Amino acid sequence: MCVTGIPTTLRVLGVSFVLLWGLGVPSVWAADESGNLVAESSQPSSPSSPLEQALLDLQSDDAEVRSQAVEVLIQQGDVRLLPRLDALREESSRMVRIAIKPVIDLLKNRANLTSESPDSRRSAAADLAMGGRVEAIPFLKQAAAQEEVWWVRYTMEESWHFLELQSDDRAVQLDAVKQLGELRSANSVPALNALIEAGKAAEATDQHKALATAATAAVDYIESWGWWANAIETLFRGISLSSILLIMALGLAVVFGLMGVINMAHGELMMIGAYATFITQQAFLAWFSPEAFDWYFPVALPVAFLSAAAFGWVLEATVIRFLYGRLLETLLATWGVSLILMQAARVYFGDLTAVIAPQALRGGAQVMVGVYLPYNRIFIIVLSILCVLGIYVLLFRSTLGIRVRAVTQNRNMSACLGIPTRKVDAYTFAFASGLAGIAGWALTMVGNVDPGLGQNYIVDSFMVVVTGGVGKLAGTIWAALGIGGLNKLIEPFSGAVYGKVFILVGVILFLQWRPQGLFAAKGRSADA
Amino acid sequence: MPEPIPAQQDRRVTLSFMVAGFIFLVVIPLLNVLPAEESWLHLSNFRLNQFGKFLAFAILALGLDLIWGYCGVLSLGQGVFFGLGAYCMGMYLALQIGSESVYGSELPDFMVWTQVKELPLFWYPFKSFWGGFLGALLVPMLFALVFGFLSFRSRIKGVYFAILTQALAFAAWLVFNRNETRLGGTNGLTDFKQLLDFRLSDPSTQRGLYIATVLALGAAYLLCRYIVASRAGNVLVAIRDSESRVTFSGYTPWRYKLFVFIVAAGLAGLAGMLYVPQVGIITPAQIGVLPSLEVVIWVAVGGRGTLIGAIVGAVAVNYGRSVLTNYFPEAWPFILGGLFVIVVTLFPDGLVGMLRKVRERLKTTPATPVSKAEEGGTAA
Repeated sequence: MCVTGIPTTLRVLGVSFVLLWGLGVPSVWAADESGNLVAESSQPSSPSSPLEQALLDLQSDDAEVRSQAVEVLIQQGDVRLLPRLDALREESSRMVRIAIKPVIDLLKNRANLTSESPDSRRSAAADLAMGGRVEAIPFLKQAAAQEEVWWVRYTMEESWHFLELQSDDRAVQLDAVKQLGELRSANSVPALNALIEAGKAAEATDQHKALATAATAAVDYIESWGWWANAIETLFRGISLSSILLIMALGLAVVFGLMGVINMAHGELMMIGAYATFITQQAFLAWFSPEAFDWYFPVALPVAFLSAAAFGWVLEATVIRFLYGRLLETLLATWGVSLILMQAARVYFGDLTAVIAPQALRGGAQVMVGVYLPYNRIFIIVLSILCVLGIYVLLFRSTLGIRVRAVTQNRNMSACLGIPTRKVDAYTFAFASGLAGIAGWALTMVGNVDPGLGQNYIVDSFMVVVTGGVGKLAGTIWAALGIGGLNKLIEPFSGAVYGKVFILVGVILFLQWRPQGLFAAKGRSADA
Repeated sequence: MPEPIPAQQDRRVTLSFMVAGFIFLVVIPLLNVLPAEESWLHLSNFRLNQFGKFLAFAILALGLDLIWGYCGVLSLGQGVFFGLGAYCMGMYLALQIGSESVYGSELPDFMVWTQVKELPLFWYPFKSFWGGFLGALLVPMLFALVFGFLSFRSRIKGVYFAILTQALAFAAWLVFNRNETRLGGTNGLTDFKQLLDFRLSDPSTQRGLYIATVLALGAAYLLCRYIVASRAGNVLVAIRDSESRVTFSGYTPWRYKLFVFIVAAGLAGLAGMLYVPQVGIITPAQIGVLPSLEVVIWVAVGGRGTLIGAIVGAVAVNYGRSVLTNYFPEAWPFILGGLFVIVVTLFPDGLVGMLRKVRERLKTTPATPVSKAEEGGTAA
């Protein structure tokens, strides 16, 4: 906005000058105001000024006088009136408070147009449009000319064109309609529809009709754009859900492919990761200064990974290694573990806890008109890509990886060749558990931390594993994309519940065609 | 693990079956009716009713034992079939409430809340008792036919089948929770008043239901024993032990699996049908993933692959639950989870298997080589 380094007072001067200029205020008031400015004081100006009169009139009993005073204040008011108006609101009756409200809103929003934060500039612009006061137009134009963030500038332009719809000048109105269409402003559709209706009325003049035609074109354009924006957002949500499923399913699939173990406690390992993040946050709250708070999130990553991996290692050593080769039994035993873990979390942490997202992951990016992508979702998508890359490197570019692949293909032969299969199992299981911990760490950004965290996704991620087939990374990735994407695609039409049912039916029908999943291992091992 | 039952042993089993039948059918109801309320012999109405509920669960467990214990197919969706049976009977009972309902409408109460003006079409068959009765048996079986046909025919097996049935349980739970399925949503069906012409609040009706449950359990047991002892039963066990070899021997495993899956679903439906009038409520909570898994733990605790194990397990675990949730309400999930882990890792044959081992050890320790040879003779 303003060039940095200029003293605040000067900046205030500049702004108020701009405000005055924009308003084209009466010369008397300008002189008076500039006098005040030169004196650099906020002392009340002389009572003879129209503003002072208006402030007095506000407290009048006569509604007519009050509303005239409000008009004057809106026309000529200034940001520096705000403290006095606020004070006035504190001490006066309800009638006066209602009367003042539009004035205060207008002035506050006008002040916020030059705020430091883009978000508050934007919401100020949007509020000004909602307020419906044409007096705001020059300020919006002025602010838009200086605005650097395109999305804020967009909102300012949208707002002023929206306000221009109220104009008496048909040409201005017509131009505003066209501009709103060009801007693809979904917010102004109701107003444009009203214009279309007015064009249909019996007493409509030619001008009305011309406006209505323009408005129809604008609305059509806006709506077709809205469809695309919606499609993009749906796609994004689908990819985001797919990423979550993918991070979960990767760990499951690696373990299932390698050891044939169905780990029902995978969701609870994820929960452990989430609670590890929560505990790290509490530790930061307790022991570190608030400025360092945001660092808890990166610190929580290794904490979550290691705690889940450690737990997985213990689980493997105490339960799972007794059950090799007995698939259904591992399923039941790990389910028992998951019940215990869930109840333990419920007893110890209670039902609902949440993690405060670090500053960098709050909010989102407005990439296009009508398309808003939250940062936390983008973060999860990026994370899942990193996880896939990490697993790829581990499986195909490391010694452990080549051993894991060998054992997956033929356990006995690998053992004969000197691969310590038991150790490979233990490391892989711990690694997959750590991956679940990372998934839990990431999930704290999109939801609460609660004992049922793992259960929400476990059924879907099993579907991913089943659909993807065993032993191929690509199968898991495609299945995750397919199931997550379909889920979000169906949801708007059928609701979340029937979406799930359709997915189940879809998976069953799909397995008719490919019983071993998308990318089945070929050869003799296929029907082990 | 099941072996062909020799004739001598068969007679012993028949005898113990008769004794158990006498105890359940005559002694226990008499204990409820005859002794004075203060007497320690007296079995309260509540206990009798609770016991009836456990026996209904035992029927459900028998079905799962048949498919899991004998055929090796783990179904994690038995709760769905149970729920379908229970809802069919529940719909009949809900329509029997008639004008006794809270709003005095002929429609069930929840329909009045949710602004349903007319009885939905699929409710009509349940106006009659036979509609409810047959529905409770046939709807789960039909559903199992479709689901089982699609999965077994395409050779979905083992863990894949378990996961799909679990997803089925999850999806069914979601659907039954919806209001627009016209089945009462989250609240389910409840507040029943009468069955046929008997008041459900009447202790004698509850006694009658208990006796009906015992008879149904007996019939289910006999049916399962018949199936297990038949040639088809041998094929089932063979499928469990080595499916590929069964295929190579010229059998079609998926037909046997489908058959036994349907029988198990029918038994689950029967259990649900008996459960509803005794407990007086059916909600989606009975259908979901966890209730379906609990059935598995009953069978595992009792001893899978033995029919009596399923019954013992169902009654024992449920009794334990009702006692423990009284004293330590928060501890039950720990115990249930612990049971899963311990039974599966340490006692894969369950209570019945343990008893058998103990008995064998008692027999063999004092035994002379001669008696050992005799044992071998009978077993061969």
